Amino acid sequence: MTAMLSLSDVTLIHGDGEDTVTALDKVNMEVEAGELVAVVGPSGAGKSSLLAVCGALISPTSGTIRLNDLDLSAQSPRRLTAIRRERIGFVFQSGNLIPSLTSLDQVRLPLTFGKVANPRDPRELLAEVGMSHKADRRPHQLSGGERQRVGIARALVTRPQVLLVDEPTAALDRQRSQDVVALLAREAHEHGVATVMVTHDHEVLHHCDRVLEMIDGRLLPAESNASV
Amino acid sequence: MFLAIRELTFARGRFALMGVVVALIAILTVLLSGLSVGLVNDGVSGLKRLPVTSLAFQHEVAKDSAFSRSVVETSAVDTWATQDGVAEAAPLGNTLANGRTNEGIEVDLALFGVEVGSFLDPAVAEGQRLAGEGEVVISSTAAELGISVGDTIELEPAGTPLKVVGILGEQHTFGHVDIGYLPLRSWQEVKAGVRAGDAAPERIYNEITAVAVRAADGADVDLAAGDKDAGTTSMTLEQSFGASPGYTAETSTLQLIQVFLYAISALVVGAFFTVLTVQRKQEIAVIRALGASTRYLLRDSLLQSVVLLVLSAGVGVAIGVAAGAAISATPMPFVLEAAPIAVATALLLILGVVGATVAVLRITRVDPLTALGGNR
Repeated sequence: MTAMLSLSDVTLIHGDGEDTVTALDKVNMEVEAGELVAVVGPSGAGKSSLLAVCGALISPTSGTIRLNDLDLSAQSPRRLTAIRRERIGFVFQSGNLIPSLTSLDQVRLPLTFGKVANPRDPRELLAEVGMSHKADRRPHQLSGGERQRVGIARALVTRPQVLLVDEPTAALDRQRSQDVVALLAREAHEHGVATVMVTHDHEVLHHCDRVLEMIDGRLLPAESNASV
Repeated sequence: MFLAIRELTFARGRFALMGVVVALIAILTVLLSGLSVGLVNDGVSGLKRLPVTSLAFQHEVAKDSAFSRSVVETSAVDTWATQDGVAEAAPLGNTLANGRTNEGIEVDLALFGVEVGSFLDPAVAEGQRLAGEGEVVISSTAAELGISVGDTIELEPAGTPLKVVGILGEQHTFGHVDIGYLPLRSWQEVKAGVRAGDAAPERIYNEITAVAVRAADGADVDLAAGDKDAGTTSMTLEQSFGASPGYTAETSTLQLIQVFLYAISALVVGAFFTVLTVQRKQEIAVIRALGASTRYLLRDSLLQSVVLLVLSAGVGVAIGVAAGAAISATPMPFVLEAAPIAVATALLLILGVVGATVAVLRITRVDPLTALGGNR
């Protein structure tokens, strides 16, 4: 199989002069379609920086990021925005939903940004994540787990090739954390989405196909670290 | 409009508060517009209705008080009548006077002395036109005081009697005083303070305030050349408004208030949308991370401000017009006209959108990276 997302010697340095921080240090990673990869590691290790470069939110200092056949480092800022819209889905901490929108409108929102080739039906998607009964509720009327489910549906509505998930269980109890990550794994497998999930929660890692650990900007197989 | 409309309905309390502020500014704008038009009409409606294109005053007269200071020889009328492009020229006298009718009604009049039968001799809506000395036709607004055709107005201090023979069809005021048209010789005697029955020196019949000039249709009169020949200083009719008592001070004051109002409106709208944008920073970061372009976000926010401004300004203008209609029924100089209200409303909207645009441009500086958690 060919990798849907591949990073080759990606380095990201913040700041300049003497005041520099190496957030990513020659990171190499490949994620195949339908694969759920978890990235664990202590705070400040560079996990969110990894999501940022994978999601074209920031350009790496050096190295190459390929999204299927596309080299992200060769794209203009405008094109990168379109790539995020068409090919990448984001699931944020606590859902990061828009306060004024109902659950159904949260899912519809990415479809209003521009043309999407083959979108999924927002109502069907809400039903798939078990939220159709709360389609007309706003974020403040939902629990943490429900907000995450809506956030997952919003990320998947454009049929992205890559799904980037940032601490999806940060504000959830144990059972809801299991449910949310199980949902992510199911969606990734059933719809062939290459999924990278950054998490501190080691209890959900059994849902993942692979676990990587990030320490001081370097990405290692989790097996090499006894803590996982 | 997807986000804009939903946000307007979701945060309706916050937007209603802003809408009330814009509506109040719109009400004030309409009232100021009505007051402005009313004061202009009260100040120069008589001049506006003169069928002239320019007025030739005394040479180098002070322009802001030309009507009260200017003295021109009647011979200048003939000089002006022969200028190229001039259809007609006629003498015009102007002075302010206090009077009392035989019914005991006190009245202040701006007396306009005109040659009977000249193009300045006004048509009347009631009674008859001027025919001979000792007669006067008055503005419709003077008739509202209770003066009617057949009354006699005795001017102070000389006690000159003027018989009201006609009433003009519309408001004719000058410097907030009702105009009374009278024959030129009668005006010259009133101006000189000649008592009724007394002999007047012949020289007073050679003096007028200005030469009223009417250009031929489509002709462009060379005012400088005419002034050189006649020894006068000309003003176009519009320029002569500034010579009306208090006109420049009143209009410039009101204009300044309106300018400040527009500036305040832009600042208030700008400040509101600045706060709104700052509060929405995290939300905007998420939307940008999801793939929304800067243009999408700017368009959405600007449409939101336009909807808010149009709705609240519409409500404000409607209330302002209703309030203005009530004020128009009072003696206050207040006139509602569609064009000034439309211009004022358009300015309010345009400057409001400018204020909102400056505010929402902050969107371009929101980094989508901030949508991710604090573990970066």
